[in-house]
Amino acid sequence: MSRRRSWMRPDSMNVVFAILAMLLLIFILAPIVKMVFWSSPGTLWNTLHDESVYSSILLTITAGLIATLIGMVVGVPLAYLLARRQFRGKRLLEALIDVPIVIPHSAAGIALLFVFGRQFLLGKLFGHMNIAFLDSLAGVVIALMFVSVPFLVDSSKDAFKAVDVRMEKVARTLGASPWRTFFRISLPLAWRGIFSGSVMMWARAMSEFGAVMVLAYYVPFLGGEQMVAPVLVWFRFDAAGLHSALPVASLVIIISLVIFVVLRYLALRGEKE
Amino acid sequence: MIRVSKLTVKLGDFSLQNVNLDVESGEYFIVLGPTGSGKTVLLETIAGLHPVIVGTISVNGRDITSLQPERRGLGIVYQDHVLFPHLSVWENVAFGLKSTGCPKRDIRPKVEKVVRLVNIDHLLQRKPRGLSGGERQRVSLARALVIEPKVLLLDEPLSALDPEAREKMQRQLEDIHRRLNVTIIHVTHDFEEALSLGKRVAVFNKGQVVQVGTPDDIMRRPNSEFVAGFALSRNLFRGEAVGSEDDVVVDIGGVRIKAQTALKGAVHVSIRPEDIFISRELVRSTAGDCFQGRITDVVGKGSVIYVVVDVPPQFTCLVSRQSFGELDLKTGMDVYITIRTSAVHVF
Repeated sequence: MSRRRSWMRPDSMNVVFAILAMLLLIFILAPIVKMVFWSSPGTLWNTLHDESVYSSILLTITAGLIATLIGMVVGVPLAYLLARRQFRGKRLLEALIDVPIVIPHSAAGIALLFVFGRQFLLGKLFGHMNIAFLDSLAGVVIALMFVSVPFLVDSSKDAFKAVDVRMEKVARTLGASPWRTFFRISLPLAWRGIFSGSVMMWARAMSEFGAVMVLAYYVPFLGGEQMVAPVLVWFRFDAAGLHSALPVASLVIIISLVIFVVLRYLALRGEKE
Repeated sequence: MIRVSKLTVKLGDFSLQNVNLDVESGEYFIVLGPTGSGKTVLLETIAGLHPVIVGTISVNGRDITSLQPERRGLGIVYQDHVLFPHLSVWENVAFGLKSTGCPKRDIRPKVEKVVRLVNIDHLLQRKPRGLSGGERQRVSLARALVIEPKVLLLDEPLSALDPEAREKMQRQLEDIHRRLNVTIIHVTHDFEEALSLGKRVAVFNKGQVVQVGTPDDIMRRPNSEFVAGFALSRNLFRGEAVGSEDDVVVDIGGVRIKAQTALKGAVHVSIRPEDIFISRELVRSTAGDCFQGRITDVVGKGSVIYVVVDVPPQFTCLVSRQSFGELDLKTGMDVYITIRTSAVHVF
């Protein structure tokens, strides 16, 4: 009965909070919803068939995927070490991992250029393998990786921490090597967190603008010079105005949303099982 | 046999200091100590899960101190079973065989043998999540036993179980020990558990072994205040339970005491000091027993006083300072003690 009464007369705090929350939701949803529904399906269809838009989206998805896969190969081991080992300077390292999230991404692009440019150390090193980063797919990939890999590392680290360390201990006493213990016990048990971290990383990577602008504005891809989708949106807006940029922007938002929702759904479904 | 000598381990704020233990092959050895005394660290160190600073661990004469855990062949069972949640019961049990490179055709018969031994053959396709506490503990035991460990390390294996499952599991452990003749080191904080399972007990406190001996030694000849405190918090007796159903008496060497139990034959009896009531006159009651005895010792501890009454055997009773004064109790005085049947714990 007391519960019913509290429903009938909500206290002032909850009313104020609900109003403020509503304002925030409108602020976030209004632009997205408007973008999604602004362009007609026909316009979107035509936009998608525009050669440069189509290639650009494919480039963005591909580069994001490559960055995420490389991120998994190197980020998961780091996450595991951070979750399991104690060492001096660990806190500092954990803070450093998140630096790419907090610095301006155009500055991050400059910083990458400074290391991966042809005349600099890593640039020379990769140059010997015929990999150049300026205005190339490889450049897009490192730009995307730099700014988005913290999402993967942080999420994987939390996932490994949530695995009872004694699971690993038992596996070791049962004769499993550290490798086998990792692949048969730790990794499967942390997989959900790693997967949802990878989804976050991919989503973040596909929306990167600043760092890519600096490092790889035009990218040779599918036999032409392409830009990643966020750069293309800005390019159209800058060159031909709002109405030229709008359908591309809508399309990019819709595709990102669909991918994000599907992968989130997969991650959540795994959680219920 | 397994020998731990001069073992020193540091783990954060925690440490083991100069631990020495000798456990014979096939022995059921108990490590008894309060929570946080370092018992689990000791077991995990024997299993190879913590680095040793000083000292050695050897099994059957072979020094294993610096051996990786997967090469030691020791099985560990934790209090909360720590089953692999993503694997079925079958896969949990088979994990050790697959990890140690057991030939494929041998895996099935070995798993089947061990699951029958602990009665989990009906659960093989289930995931650990749906199992009861007792079932999980048995799976955990099977998982450790399947690799035929040289030593089975049990970390509070009964503590998380409800009384019924606990009793069953205890009998199962005794049974497994007898049938497989495996060396067992069983860690517990429960004095009664230690007495009923172990032939020898090491009392552990603050990362050190305080006393090693038979349960009787620990009970009757504690070598320190700590052990005495651990042991004397109860009246413990060995006895013989006779009678039927609702009319059981336990002969504890001198007196026969009524009890409620389904156990027969050789048993232990425990009565908490605060459950024994002292009076100057005989108390007649159908709910308990009343014995006459002589006060042989009086030990004051703050607001309570321990009074030792020799019937014989000796019972330790707890009285408040106030009733101690009112009854005007003195050493050498003849008194009556009353013990409610429901306070008599038989195990």
